[in-house]
Order: sequence, then structure tokens, then C-alpha cells
Amino acid sequence: MTGPKQIARALLPLVGVAMLLAVWTLVNGLNLVDPVLLPSPAATFRTLWEGMTSGKLGVDFVKTVVRTISSTAIAAVIAIPLGILLGSSEKLYRSVEFLIDFFRSTPASAMFPLFLVLFGVGDRTKISVAAFGAGLVILFNVAYGVMNARKTRLLAAKVMGASRTRVLFDVMLLESLPQTFVGLRNGVSLALVIIVVAEMFIGSTDGLGQRVFEAQQLFDMPGMYAAIFAAGALGYALNLLFLLIERRFVHWAGR
Amino acid sequence: MTSATASTASGVVNGFDESRRTAPHVTIRGLSKRYPDAVIYDAFDFDIPRGKLISVFGPNGCGKSTLINMIAGLVPADAGEVLFDGRPLSRVKFGYVFQNYREALFPWLPAFDNIVYPLKLMGVPKAERRLRVERLVAHLGVKIDLALYPYYLSGGQQQLVSIMRALIVEPEILFLDEPFSALDYEMTLFMREQLQRVFMETKTTTVLVSHDLEEAVYLSDYVLLLSRHPARVVEFVPYDAPRPRTDKTMTEPSFIATKAHCLKLFQREVRRG
Repeated sequence: MTGPKQIARALLPLVGVAMLLAVWTLVNGLNLVDPVLLPSPAATFRTLWEGMTSGKLGVDFVKTVVRTISSTAIAAVIAIPLGILLGSSEKLYRSVEFLIDFFRSTPASAMFPLFLVLFGVGDRTKISVAAFGAGLVILFNVAYGVMNARKTRLLAAKVMGASRTRVLFDVMLLESLPQTFVGLRNGVSLALVIIVVAEMFIGSTDGLGQRVFEAQQLFDMPGMYAAIFAAGALGYALNLLFLLIERRFVHWAGR
Repeated sequence: MTSATASTASGVVNGFDESRRTAPHVTIRGLSKRYPDAVIYDAFDFDIPRGKLISVFGPNGCGKSTLINMIAGLVPADAGEVLFDGRPLSRVKFGYVFQNYREALFPWLPAFDNIVYPLKLMGVPKAERRLRVERLVAHLGVKIDLALYPYYLSGGQQQLVSIMRALIVEPEILFLDEPFSALDYEMTLFMREQLQRVFMETKTTTVLVSHDLEEAVYLSDYVLLLSRHPARVVEFVPYDAPRPRTDKTMTEPSFIATKAHCLKLFQREVRRG
């Protein structure tokens, strides 16, 4: 099974990475762009490595992780039960659908000033704005997951004598799980975006957003690129983490 | 005939005097159902005989499925009454098999847990649940690894799991809504034999909705032929070939004659519309 063809297939995603690095090295080596604006890949990755292992970047990275996870967790704890409640009654959902869609469409960054007034300058504002944004995404997905539960499956449970509560917990809840995970993945991505932006502009002293912003202000380009890559890696890893959890708990999805 | 299912079948009979042994199992009176675009049933009366396998057959859209769905309480009737030996549905143990097994089974539970789900709802203890499944498996000669999730099973195996889930409660009546129409032909033939075996072993009153006349006649003691809506009974056609019926049964004159008779009535109904 692990012939040369399979190995080649597994390495395929790395082709794009190699190409980017090659172009970057070439542009840098030929001095096509001012080296102050675009440092070499080696310098960038050295800065990334040193920053993550011994420098301030690692501390900022952890700060951003903690804020993103906290806001997603708060959002999930509130939005999942609420989504189930709303989804279990179509009438109820329709009555608040406009509100949910409206605030879901409102850029969360537009809410910063409001939350600043409510919670002051600090972690509470950042986390609550991100939780607000992520919560609406999760709420909407959970509610739709519950509402779109297969009719036949609900009927099957009912015909076997399951009460409304049993149908809710034994069928609807599990039926909505795949959609719930879609919501969680989108929610955590959005939370990261909001947290990073908040770290840039709401009087922060730490976090990846603040690091990117500060490096740019100090014209520390390797530091800035390093922080950007760290943020990218974080976003990718969070998405992957939720995908793995999903595959573990929703083994039947798509089958 | 040593199993619990068999003893239950006779147990049902033991509860009544001799005259009731031949009394109808289910009495349907004045059943009415109207959809926005059509009257499907208008004061429909019918008696379902005890311990027989009957097939419901009729033109498309005449309300074959609606009939068993109303009897089984999946679809509310506008008017009328359905009684099982004089009792309402809420006091009756019954099994229902859906056409779409993929959507009727719970994909998050292994086959075994799917089968015992109704027992769990009834509060049957775990040890007894296991015992009952073992008995049913032996009874039906099922060769499926029940530890597998449904999506690892073939279509026929999934539908067999659905049927076992319907039988595990030892129902006094079993409803099947076009149970084989999503299967390929080979699997359909195999599943007909399985259903025949279930029926011969348990003698459970069975109502099968079918869109395949050959299947309807082959499996049934009676074919209930319905008219176009509002549905009436065109004829309740008996077919009493001995069981087990085999491929050879389908070449016998009585089978051919019964099928031809049903087809004639069916085509008359189709043309009438």
C-alpha cells in the first residue's frame, strides 16, 4: 500500500509550500524587493523559532490561544443549549431569526466601542466581543442542525414510543452534532480573527495581534512576519483540532 | 417453535375465548383523511385478520402508505377509529419498518444498540435485552456482526436490522412500508425469504405496503387492493398457497391466476382515473 505512488500523493500538499519558499528565496536573493520590507525566509524562520522558544512571541502566542479558547468556550456553553432550545421549536426560531441573522451580519469589530463602554479596557472586552461573534455563528448552526434532523429518524423514535424529551436527547441532539461542529469550527476561526484585531487596537500589551502591530511600528520586519506565521499556524491548528474532535465524536457524519 | 416469540403469539390467543380467535385483529371504522389537494380516505372501513400477512396494493398516490401510517399513528387521521382487539394504539405493542432504512436507523449506535433501543425505552434490563437479541438472532438465522455501525452494513443488512428492531418488542402487529424498494433485486429476493421466515416463525399479524404485485401476492395470505382516492377496497384477494413458498410457487397456476386477477382489477382502477 505504501508504494512510491502513495508517498508521492502524500507529499503533494508540500509542493505549494516548496514553491512559495523558492519564489521567496529567489525574490530575496535577487534583491527584487527592499530586504528591509521582505527579509529572507531563513531570517524570518530563525526569528519565529527564537521568539517561540525563548522570546516574547511565545508568551504572546499563549495569550492569544487562551483568549480564543476562552471566548469560544463561553460562546459554546451559551449558544449550544440555546440553539437546541430554539431549534426544537421552529416557531420559536422563526420569531428570533431576524435578530440572529442581523447581528450575525454585523461586523463584530463594530461592536468594540460598545463592549469597551460595558467592560472597560482589558481581557473582558476582547473575550466578550469574540464570544458574541462566535456565539451567534454557533447558535445559528446548532439551531439549524436540530431543525433539519431527519424526519424519518424522529418518526422512528416516536413510533417506538419515545417521549418528546427522549426524542430530543436521543435523536435531535445527535442529529444536530455534525452541524454543531461546523458551527464550532467557524466560531473558533471567527473568535481568533476578532481576538487578533482586538489585540491590535484595544490598548493591549500582549497577544499576537499586539506583537504584529508593535513589530510593524518598530520596523522589525522579521518579527512581524514571524508573528503573522504564528497566527496562521494557530488558526490552522485550531481548525485541525476541531476536525479531529469531530471525527472522533461524529464518526457517522457523511456516511 | 420453541422460542419466546412463538410463545407470545400463542399467549395473545390464550387471552381470548374461541370466538375471538377468528375475530379480526384490527377494526378500522370511518377513517377519513383529507390533504389540501385531495380526499384520500372518506369513511373507510376495514378489518385486518389476525395472524395473517396482508399486502396493500393500489395505484400510485392512492394512500397505501397513508393507511398504515394512520393505523400506526404516524399520521393523524381527520376522523375515524382504529382499534386493536378493542384497544387503542397506545396500549398495543407494534413494530414499524420504514422504506428508508438509512434514515430510520440511528447511525451513532451500533446495530445491536439500534435493535434494543425500543427495549431501552420500555425499561427492560440490560441482561434481558442481550438475551432477547440472542434469541431473535438464533430464530431468524441472522449472520450479521451486530457490533458494527449501520453504515458498515449493506442495504439489505441494514433493513434486516430495522426489521429486528421492530420484532424485538415481540409486537402483536408488524407494519412494513415498501421495505425492500430501496434494495437491489438480488437483495430484494433474499429479504422476501427473510420476511417469510419471520412470519412463519412468529405468525405475527403483518401489514405490508408494496408497489410490486408479484411480491405482494408471493408473500401474502391476502392482497388488499385499493382504488384511486378516495380509497375504497376494490377486493380483498385471498391467496392460500402453502408456506414456505419458493421460486416454484411463482410458476404454479394458482399464483399466476391470482396475480392476473389482481392485475386486471388494478388496471381497471388505473384506467378509471
